[in-house]
Amino acid sequence: MSSVLVVMEQNAGAWHRMSWETLAAGQEMARQLGVEINGAVVGADVSALASELASKRLNRVYAVTHDLLGQYSPDGMTAALEQLIRKTAPDFVLFPHTYQVRDFAPKLATRFGQTLVPDVIGYRLSGQDLVLVRQLFQGKLNADIRFKSDGVRFASIQAGAFRAEAVEAGQAQVETITPDLNPGLIRTKAEEPFREAARAVDLSAAELIVSVGRGIGEKENLPLVQELAEALGAELAASRPICDNGWLPMERQVGSSGQTVAPKLYLAVGISGAIQHLVGMKGAKTIVAINKDPNAPIFEVADYGIVGDLFEVVPALIEEIRKVKG
Amino acid sequence: MKILVAIKQVAARDSQFKVDASGHWVEESDLSFEINEPDAYALEEALQLKERHGGEVVALCAGPARAVSGIREALAKGADRAIHIEVEDLTQFDALGVARLLAKAAETESADLLLTGLQSDDLGYGQTGVILAELLGVPHATIIMAVEKQDGSIRVKRELENGWFQNVTLPLPAVLAVQSGISKLRYATLMGIKKAKSKEIRRLTASDLGVPPSLNIVMERVYTPEKTKRTELLDGDPKQAAAALVEKLKFEARVL
Ligand SMILES: Cc1cc2nc3c(=O)[nH]c(=O)nc-3n(C[C@H](O)[C@H](O)[C@H](O)COP(=O)(O)OP(=O)(O)OC[C@H]3O[C@@H](n4cnc5c(N)ncnc54)[C@H](O)[C@@H]3O)c2cc1C
Ligand SMILES: Nc1ncnc2c1ncn2[C@@H]1O[C@H](COP(=O)(O)O)[C@@H](O)[C@H]1O
Repeated sequence: MSSVLVVMEQNAGAWHRMSWETLAAGQEMARQLGVEINGAVVGADVSALASELASKRLNRVYAVTHDLLGQYSPDGMTAALEQLIRKTAPDFVLFPHTYQVRDFAPKLATRFGQTLVPDVIGYRLSGQDLVLVRQLFQGKLNADIRFKSDGVRFASIQAGAFRAEAVEAGQAQVETITPDLNPGLIRTKAEEPFREAARAVDLSAAELIVSVGRGIGEKENLPLVQELAEALGAELAASRPICDNGWLPMERQVGSSGQTVAPKLYLAVGISGAIQHLVGMKGAKTIVAINKDPNAPIFEVADYGIVGDLFEVVPALIEEIRKVKG
Repeated sequence: MKILVAIKQVAARDSQFKVDASGHWVEESDLSFEINEPDAYALEEALQLKERHGGEVVALCAGPARAVSGIREALAKGADRAIHIEVEDLTQFDALGVARLLAKAAETESADLLLTGLQSDDLGYGQTGVILAELLGVPHATIIMAVEKQDGSIRVKRELENGWFQNVTLPLPAVLAVQSGISKLRYATLMGIKKAKSKEIRRLTASDLGVPPSLNIVMERVYTPEKTKRTELLDGDPKQAAAALVEKLKFEARVL
């Protein structure tokens, strides 16, 4: 029987939020393809998670369990899922496009002689196959991707592309699978995760944020956006390259590897709007973008936009704000 | 320590793209190219490791003739030599295909460490390094923010989500996919640029390596995404646009 397999991600007994988005995508695809939908959860003890998953519309839940899977390793995860996939022979295997999935899924696909289609934002049916949509050039273009070879098809789903709330409830059987693993298989040794020293700035509580990106050009130009932030009474934040360059401390970085913010106003200055940035600020109530490129992806999420040179627009904006704020 | 660094040449960041006549890729004739950003950081890390521990840094690039300028830049920054796998049309290889090319070339070098960038700015697959490790049968780690060489092994700092990190130790040889921002990039010096001219670039073709073009996945169509959200664009000169925005912030968004 043909099927779609959704591999859910959990860390220390907690679901990764994106797993549900991927499950929603999988349920929808399976329905349209008229095939079974199964889910898998991997870990040392996943019985509680597996029973929770079994309350969704799934034909089967695979609880892939082994002591060696208690801590994530690319070798352990790949070996366990390889065995599951060989045993259950799904047509499509879907993952959330998380950092962990980036770390092992390409390896897994390679075991099957396949190429993972990463970071998928949408799909359409083409007979009994899927054409997947993903972004190129950091969101400036899209591509339709078709699978050419036979065999298992692997894809990962971008954050926010499908809605977690769309997951349908149901009832599934749980099947425990114990893969054949041994300690010698796992070549990497991971230590406990840690955070850097406590953050001095908590952007998540900020009501107004002015965020600056690479469009600012040089560190010497930063006072311009600082002045804008002050005029508004806003916190200053930044995209990753600004923090990478050491122009602002990392604690001001917004995005998938920085902070997630949800202010009333997020004013993005010279930020292109790559997905890793968008995931950190999409929840803002009002988004404003100032960018010289009318095709910058940031305009896909902005409520208001000014297409223009920030070095002309920002000084004018500071002046106008000072007028109304007195 | 012998370190291989995979560098890809990609379209400059602020490029405006036009889909080409085939509809499968972009018009490249009016683009300028640069070293993929995380690859520049991978190269920097390799150079620093060499400075600390000695050894050799070899740049590895698959791409058309134009990619030589990227290779020369890597040599000018301090790579000792380079391998250029000449592929006129990279779209004939998917991520697995490119990784096969790189793996075949890497096999002839038996390096201790292979560095790749985390992700290419054009295709954004974020997987070539991981595939490469699997093909070479060596361990890997991704999203690397620091590298510390130990005896026979390497300890790296991986970035996890939401500001978390994790240290991981791997036996050598290994593949690391390096994240942007790992350190400060150096510039090529005039001296470096001069020296680069006499450094070796070994040229190989896909058929030298015995790797035929291969695509498990094909880009059927490349296109400009349809706008799904109607952003209210505020027109006029900067002053008018700024005044209009302030109106909106005051009366619609109510944040002023
Ligand atoms: C695993 C991973 C994690 C990541 N995590 C994060 C993260 O947490 N946060 C994050 O931000 N990024 C993150 N990134 C990086 C992300 O992919 C982008 O590279 C980054 O967000 C781009 O930053 P930017 O928009 O400032 O720069 P660019 O993409 O270079 O954009 C600069 C923009 O400025 C505009 N511009 C230039 N000059 C002017 C001018 N004079 N006036 C007006 N506009 C101008 C340009 O049109 C362009 O749109 C991550 C990437 C990866 C692979
Ligand atoms: N054609 C290529 N030549 C050299 N290195 C490459 C090539 N394609 C990808 N890479 C390397 O693999 C990394 C990840 O690329 P990608 O999987 O396309 O996102 C890049 O940052 C490069 O280091």
